[in-house]
Amino acid sequence: MNTLSNTKIPNTVSILNGRLQDPANRIDQIVDIHVADGTVAAIGKPPADFTPDLVIDATNLITIPGIIDVGVCLREPGQEYKADIASETNAAATAGITTLCCLPNTCPVIDTPSVVELIKQRAETAAKARVLPIGALTRNLDGEHLSEMAALRDAGCIAVSNGNSPIRNTLVERRALEYAATFNLTCLLQPLDHALRDHGCVHEGKISAKLGLPGILEAAETVALAKSLVLAEQIGTKVHFHTLSTAQATAMLGGSQYTNAQISAGVAIHNLHLTEEHIGEFNSNCHVIPPLRTEVDRAGLRTAVADGRIAIICSDHQPHDPDAKTNPFPNTAPGISGLETLLSLTLDLVHTKVLDLNTAIERITWGPARSLNLPYGRLNVGAVADVCIFDPNAIWQVNTNKFRSRGHNSPFHNWRLPGQVQWTLLAGRVVFKRS
Amino acid sequence: MNNTHNLQLDHNGRLRHFLTIEGLSQQLLTEILNTAAGFTGVTERSVKKVPLCRGKVVVNLFFETSTRTRTTFELAAKRLSADVLNFNAGISATTKGETLLDTLRNLEAMHCDMFVVRHEASGAAHFFAQHAAPNVSILNAGDGRHSHPTQAMLDMFTIRQHKGDFTNLKVAIVGDIQHSRVARSQILALNTLGVPEIRLVGPRTLIPAAAESLGVKIYYDLCAGIQDVDVIIMLRLQKERMATGLLPSEHEYFRLFGLTQERLRYAHPNAIVMHPGPINRGVEMSSEVADGSSSVILQQVSYGIAVRMAIIAMALGNNEAIS
Repeated sequence: MNTLSNTKIPNTVSILNGRLQDPANRIDQIVDIHVADGTVAAIGKPPADFTPDLVIDATNLITIPGIIDVGVCLREPGQEYKADIASETNAAATAGITTLCCLPNTCPVIDTPSVVELIKQRAETAAKARVLPIGALTRNLDGEHLSEMAALRDAGCIAVSNGNSPIRNTLVERRALEYAATFNLTCLLQPLDHALRDHGCVHEGKISAKLGLPGILEAAETVALAKSLVLAEQIGTKVHFHTLSTAQATAMLGGSQYTNAQISAGVAIHNLHLTEEHIGEFNSNCHVIPPLRTEVDRAGLRTAVADGRIAIICSDHQPHDPDAKTNPFPNTAPGISGLETLLSLTLDLVHTKVLDLNTAIERITWGPARSLNLPYGRLNVGAVADVCIFDPNAIWQVNTNKFRSRGHNSPFHNWRLPGQVQWTLLAGRVVFKRS
Repeated sequence: MNNTHNLQLDHNGRLRHFLTIEGLSQQLLTEILNTAAGFTGVTERSVKKVPLCRGKVVVNLFFETSTRTRTTFELAAKRLSADVLNFNAGISATTKGETLLDTLRNLEAMHCDMFVVRHEASGAAHFFAQHAAPNVSILNAGDGRHSHPTQAMLDMFTIRQHKGDFTNLKVAIVGDIQHSRVARSQILALNTLGVPEIRLVGPRTLIPAAAESLGVKIYYDLCAGIQDVDVIIMLRLQKERMATGLLPSEHEYFRLFGLTQERLRYAHPNAIVMHPGPINRGVEMSSEVADGSSSVILQQVSYGIAVRMAIIAMALGNNEAIS
């Protein structure tokens, strides 16, 4: 990787003979792409007098906009023993992810411009992926006092969120959504009624009955979702529901009753692949919040991704140190290190005919970009040249010990998955090349 | 992912750890019961010891308080001539911030052969077994709401002593199933041993979601639930269930689900009444029933020693010498 930064940085790149899959512009064809000064200069024939510093032969490869992963934990500042911005942006680059929208649950919380500045500086130094911070919705995520959202927006936060931290008082939630709407800030909400969740750590159903693990009722998600939907509609604000886990929640998004609010929803890729059954005998790598649920939920989520009610597939990346997962199941930290399996697990849904290729790519590129109003995720002329080039025919076996992410906590160890990233370009600059 | 079956059994299919009833065969459960039967004589002799586990070190590693279970494990290990160490983890290591794994490693370094573990988290016994050294056995003395397999086996032993055969029985388990590791293990054991009808009786707040998937019938009415049953297992009701809003009062609980002499008449005339202890008299059952002729509660305690001797001996690999 170091050799790249030591060589002359190419200003102009031509990507030849690749299959361009650009859902935003409805393009799916074998066509050349020419990049100059960090943006797409031409599609098809190069501009006059164009001499590429670098030519990438993308024969038999697929070229897509760089992946946008919404709602990741990078652990810096404060939990560098789990991961840091350098390690995780490097992992992102190898996985074709060029934009990471990071959650505010750092230490200190992203509730002041100085923390935003620190994160942006670290990301710029690492220079492997773009990091867009999501600011705290309430101060120190306490669920009681509004954060200085205008200052956070001015510092560069692209949205505000309370993450998995509860806002117990509905009036506070109302005020927070209203205040965010003042500045046209999108609120990223994790629908979870914390009173109903209680001490739950798995789906309340067959597995919780069998293993005696405290369960999380389906309604812990749907009650919170219903409340936030109604509030958002009344206020007229932009809300993105981060990771849904139940089929019932997707059904609630189906109607056209929400005309005043701008609503979007996402799902974690693991909820599209795994169910509660994967917990087996207390596999703590399957400990996630929201939890893995039933076959019916997985099917419902897949349908919602296919028909567009769910616009975003994300990795819900939460890297952990080994100790965090070395405990009896309920005492382990929830979360999966997901960056490096996001693309392949998404492509696997194409292989198993859950999604067509265009839809699958849309949900990890243009879907997040349009939901959060980001100027990325598309490859028309003039667009920022964030590019992921992958081999759709390569099958690889996941080895979590070889993750670039410092978090090796993944239930997908040893899975055989399609799709291997060959090149990643961040604003026209090569940040990953498979050797 | 660890397969329970492999985790509990060695490569010859013999018991190495005892974590849960799940994945154990009817044959193995019967072997435990038969071995225990051989030990009942030992506990009635004037010299209450056999030399089967002489030189072995058994550690009671209790992260949750317990009197009865810890004492019977200690007695069982001592009657097998093992050395017993009581490690009250709740007030030593963990309060000083030691991780569970470090506690285990430290005790292993003292060359102990077996850990009898109780912990408030479901899955704790599996966790210890997954990380234990190859020559160390883990016995689950209760993990969260998950499993309490030695209690279930002593209950099975008690049932067999009174009823002989499992394959024609109706068994009702009454009370707080939701929070009960005992009930979960009993259900697995009863199903494995071929009991055709297992009923759970309690209010909906104390019955787990998807309980039917455990292979049981659900009743919300005590009299209907114990109608014609051969065995009634009453569960202990924790006082905190009232505090956390799962029940309105002990009074109402007893009125609806308390076992009285009058209600006992709904059961089969030869029905036995069991309880894992300690009993809340006047909450789960009346004193009349607890001390009555149908009650086998104190026998359960006595059999507990023989059953735990059997499981310790089998897991320590000395079970051939017993017969």
